[in-house]
Amino acid sequence: MSANNNVPTMAELAAAGEKPNILFWVGCAGSYDQRYQKVTQALVEILNHLDISFAVLGPEESCTGDPARRAGNEFLFQMQAAANIQLLNGYQVETIVTACPHCFNTLKNEYPELGGDYEVIHHSVFLQRLIDEGRLVIKEGGSFKGRKITFHDSCYLGRANGIYQAPRKVLETLDAELVEMKRCRTTGLCCGAGGAQMFKEPEKGNKDINNERVDEAIDTGAEIVAAACPFCMTMLSDGVKGKGKEEEVKVLDLAELIAQNKG
Amino acid sequence: MTLISQISFVLVAAFFGFFLARRIKNIRANIQLGRSENRNDNPDKRLKNMFLVAFGQKKMFKRLIPALLHLLIYVGFLVINLEVLEFILDGLLGTHRLFAPFLGGFYTFCLNLFEFMALGVVISCVVFLARRNLLKLSRFWDAEMTSWPRLDGNLILIIEIVLMAAIFTMNSTDQILQERGAGYTTTGTFIISAQLMPLFESLSTQALVMVERFAWWIHIIGILAFALYVTYSKHLHIFMAFPNTYFANLEAPGKMVNMPEVTKEVNIMMGLQAEEGSAEPPPTRFGAKDVQDLTWYNIMNAYACTECGRCTSECPAHLTGKKLSPRKIMMDVRDRVEEIGQTGEQNGKSLLGDYISKEEIFACTSCNACVEACPVNIDPLNIILQLRRYTAMEESSSPADWNNMFSNIETNFAPWKFPAADRFNWSKKS
Ligand code: SF4
Ligand code: SF4
Repeated sequence: MSANNNVPTMAELAAAGEKPNILFWVGCAGSYDQRYQKVTQALVEILNHLDISFAVLGPEESCTGDPARRAGNEFLFQMQAAANIQLLNGYQVETIVTACPHCFNTLKNEYPELGGDYEVIHHSVFLQRLIDEGRLVIKEGGSFKGRKITFHDSCYLGRANGIYQAPRKVLETLDAELVEMKRCRTTGLCCGAGGAQMFKEPEKGNKDINNERVDEAIDTGAEIVAAACPFCMTMLSDGVKGKGKEEEVKVLDLAELIAQNKG
Repeated sequence: MTLISQISFVLVAAFFGFFLARRIKNIRANIQLGRSENRNDNPDKRLKNMFLVAFGQKKMFKRLIPALLHLLIYVGFLVINLEVLEFILDGLLGTHRLFAPFLGGFYTFCLNLFEFMALGVVISCVVFLARRNLLKLSRFWDAEMTSWPRLDGNLILIIEIVLMAAIFTMNSTDQILQERGAGYTTTGTFIISAQLMPLFESLSTQALVMVERFAWWIHIIGILAFALYVTYSKHLHIFMAFPNTYFANLEAPGKMVNMPEVTKEVNIMMGLQAEEGSAEPPPTRFGAKDVQDLTWYNIMNAYACTECGRCTSECPAHLTGKKLSPRKIMMDVRDRVEEIGQTGEQNGKSLLGDYISKEEIFACTSCNACVEACPVNIDPLNIILQLRRYTAMEESSSPADWNNMFSNIETNFAPWKFPAADRFNWSKKS
């Protein structure tokens, strides 16, 4: 898809004396994780489809420091933050869109105190706004019409930042049947990856958290588990695969669902 | 006779008053063991939180039936304690039902209301006892609910039932004595305790007076003892819920508390800030190893904890059999601070290590489920993260996987072992 390949970087635009409206913060998972690269591309496709003026940092981007901070390494976090803030302020960035709730939380809540003040928008809210404004139109009777979708709340989107409605509103536009898991919204069960758990083996226990969550998702009878976070994506996909259900149950990101059904 | 009872009353009240005051001073000092932290901003928002969460019990109502029963006990307890004022004045002045002649019919109405509340309290307490002991709700039987926390939970319910039974006995015998013209102030009928009158009617007038006085003393001593007992028990939340919700976090729950001392060092290292004469002394350590390294608010949290286990029952780590329990974190902080407060010394122990293990804190996903679940806005996650900071920055004792992740970020600027130069390769894929 050619639409995917049109990805301007901040450096290129700055060299041409231009400044985009939006910085798309891709994040480490969006950059390196093979599965989440697809989500990054889906979002780029939507941005290009709507002719939105955006750019990425490309090779200049660097970890926000979130996992280091949650694991207790404040020094490393602050080094990352200071470098990123220098870069972002250098480009006079005002608005950031990201598809990672962890990057979102750090950029939005933790960078201002360190000198990085931006409007930070998670892609679920960004997509919802585009739909509300009538700019992003969803095909009538798209491929998900009438199919059962359940949404898994990411902790860093939901409880951490109070975003519960936006992703659900985005899903509603697909004309699908939205079903909720037993534990959802404020009581949504974590996928097990937050707080830097993504980067280590779980402590001793009797079950992996993602399996507990996937059981709940499968219980709803949904064919699609919608996620809005790269770590949730990994944990849920692994859980579904572990149960041998990858044919019946698909784990997809909001951006992918929308990209497939945009009018 | 009245003089003796007046003097006894003053002595009893002074006795409890003395120990109560000492205990309150003690708790204050323990809370002040924590680091200072300013939580006085936004008084309007804070008052509103306190009003909704502590007074209005907003978060209790996530589970309707226990919330209603709890509300009944809470309101009943508050209202009935208005009557204690009369008890205390009667005790000091040697009078009997001091307010009755002044209030007349309104007095009868109030006491009927109290009795109605008292009955509600009794019913709720019985249901709660059954829930704890017969239904064995799992969150009341987890590992950290050892014999004392379990006894504490039951004891308070039983005490409340005894206190209420004393009120009914007193009112019932009082009404018989009024009928017999034994010199008791007329009050009108108290509907509920009137039902109990047949139980006592066979007694002689003298015996009735004894029973009535006995019930009066049981009730007032019970209330005073209760006030003292509460300060040693999880029931301190009756009072601590108020300051605890007032000072609760107002920012996004996902935001971690900044460490300005680290910001400063990093800025100096990166040449963003010149090294200046240190205005403040450097912190003794990074992160928290013991309760003194926590903030006063963390310690206040521990005193406000009701050990209800709502946090633990939502914790993904606990639900999947990991050792972590956010309730235990709170109970450990309280036990440790009490230990320091009592012995007045360090005794070589510390919170991390002797009370809380690394296995527990490393199991946390920082999902905020515990914070969301707590009916009095306690934040166990904040404490867990401070302990982790200590392990990472002072001890370098993080799990090996995390140490690898740290070095990946240092060298590749990503938590995985991918070269930084490949970061933008995704744009070339289709
Ligand atoms: S934040 Fe940590 S302690 Fe609290 S519920 Fe989540 S995993 Fe458990
Ligand atoms: S921290 Fe809150 S939810 Fe947890 S046991 Fe204590 S009072 Fe209950």
